[in-house]
Amino acid sequence: MNELAQAFKMALALILTGDSDLLEIVWLTMQVSISAVAVASLAALPLGGALALFSFPGRRTLIILLNSLMGLPPVVVGLLVYLLLSRQGPLGEWGLLFTPTAMVIAQCILVFPIVAALTRQVVEDLWGEYGEQLRSLGASRLRSVATLLLEGRFALSTVVLAGFGRAIAEVGAVLIVGGNIAHLTRVMTTAIALETSRGELSLALGLGILLIGLSVSVNGAAYLLREYSGWRHG
Amino acid sequence: MKLPKTIPGRCEQGTFLAGIPRAGALRAGTLRAGALRAAVLLAAIVLAAFPAHSQAGDAPDGPAILLASTTSTENSGLFAHILPRFREDSGILVRVIALGTGQAIRLGMRGDADVLLVHHRPSEDRFMAEGHGAERRDVMYNDFVIAGPRHDPAGIRGMKDAAVALLKVARAGAEFVSRGDDSGTHKAELRLWEEGGLDPVKSSGKWYRETGSGMGATLNTAAAMGAYLLADRGTWLSFKNRKDLDLLVEGDPRMFNPYGVLVVNPARHPHVKSVEARVFMEWITGPRGREAISSFRLEGRQVFYPAAK
Repeated sequence: MNELAQAFKMALALILTGDSDLLEIVWLTMQVSISAVAVASLAALPLGGALALFSFPGRRTLIILLNSLMGLPPVVVGLLVYLLLSRQGPLGEWGLLFTPTAMVIAQCILVFPIVAALTRQVVEDLWGEYGEQLRSLGASRLRSVATLLLEGRFALSTVVLAGFGRAIAEVGAVLIVGGNIAHLTRVMTTAIALETSRGELSLALGLGILLIGLSVSVNGAAYLLREYSGWRHG
Repeated sequence: MKLPKTIPGRCEQGTFLAGIPRAGALRAGTLRAGALRAAVLLAAIVLAAFPAHSQAGDAPDGPAILLASTTSTENSGLFAHILPRFREDSGILVRVIALGTGQAIRLGMRGDADVLLVHHRPSEDRFMAEGHGAERRDVMYNDFVIAGPRHDPAGIRGMKDAAVALLKVARAGAEFVSRGDDSGTHKAELRLWEEGGLDPVKSSGKWYRETGSGMGATLNTAAAMGAYLLADRGTWLSFKNRKDLDLLVEGDPRMFNPYGVLVVNPARHPHVKSVEARVFMEWITGPRGREAISSFRLEGRQVFYPAAK
């Protein structure tokens, strides 16, 4: 219990002092995870929508595959990206290993199946509801996908937030491809791992509390944005 | 990144959805501009603000090299003490990746690091012999210690022979936690077992527990279990969660722990920054570096000693 109280005190102290190293870590954490989710969603939303409406051979297999990939182990993704970006790897010439960009790539891979698979479900449900109307209006499937994505945007914002939750919480992938280098690739989760290995358990837990707080503020902001846009447009 | 002018379906929807009965729910033509536009804007801001030095290349204000090293040197705080001095002297920023010695050496073999600072001489010599390194030098040394629960069920406190002490732990069936991760410390531990003539790996999962983790994680495990372990003195002294663990055995010359610096061979990996890496090697083995290493203190004690000239 004492350690827990200590951790909350530590978290509070960290916030109050506004330590510049910590701010740097928080900022990088947000940049990496938001970039990864933005890039992944840009591709996964339309793909998930298309998967809901188009029928083609192997569709069912693809859906099962996508659903399974939601549980991709971060360490495996990290290793995969490491081998790709290592100097000996196929993309070694880019020199991206141990950079924030490498971390974005790894998180992108982790987030993509989550957003695509959940989008597929959301759009498929909407298609059940509005499909007939759209068809009767002569809307092409492609146009229907776009319409339903727009129509489902509230549900889809939760989908994107689920992807964000995955990105910001994972440590296995970013540790391998980022290397936890101070002032370059150290994010909240790798900093927590580092402090744990130093035996600074209260500090580690304090950072963990901050990370949860960070997640709460992002989700809170998204929620307010949603309320606001709902209110503005009735 | 510009805001997309034509979001899919945006222009058309006003017309083709106009007559739908539930238009209230479906009137996507208005797009409720807020949410989507704000999301795109946010993504654009974040992407644009990405650090200019997001390439592992140089720092914004000078050259930078990548040093693959061991958790023992990073966790103890040694690098935080000496690297700012090196930067002051040379203008070169050193970025540290802390791994086990085995992993650090493999990183060097793949050309993913410019310089290594590790502690397992046979692996270092192999690295050089196979042509992965351009040059190797002795840097510094410290020693390993055996720690264990304060009440010391195996009764090894104060022993001077580390190999015999480990045998006693095994005979007592007391729990021993091993790094099990191919690190320099792990290899040193295995050599001590070998000298005692006992293969602990046969008892893996019983009294012998391999964590496959770094020094800190292994210390956390041992502290929680009340188990024995071999640790490097630097990490031991800087570790804050010792709980019931005590330092029990030290001073056996076989627990000598020498560190070497190795410059990755530019002939093998043309992209490595061998010039800067060499500057680092010269500095850390030279008078300024030796002075920096000697002046590093943990709990008022010197932890690393510069190698003999």
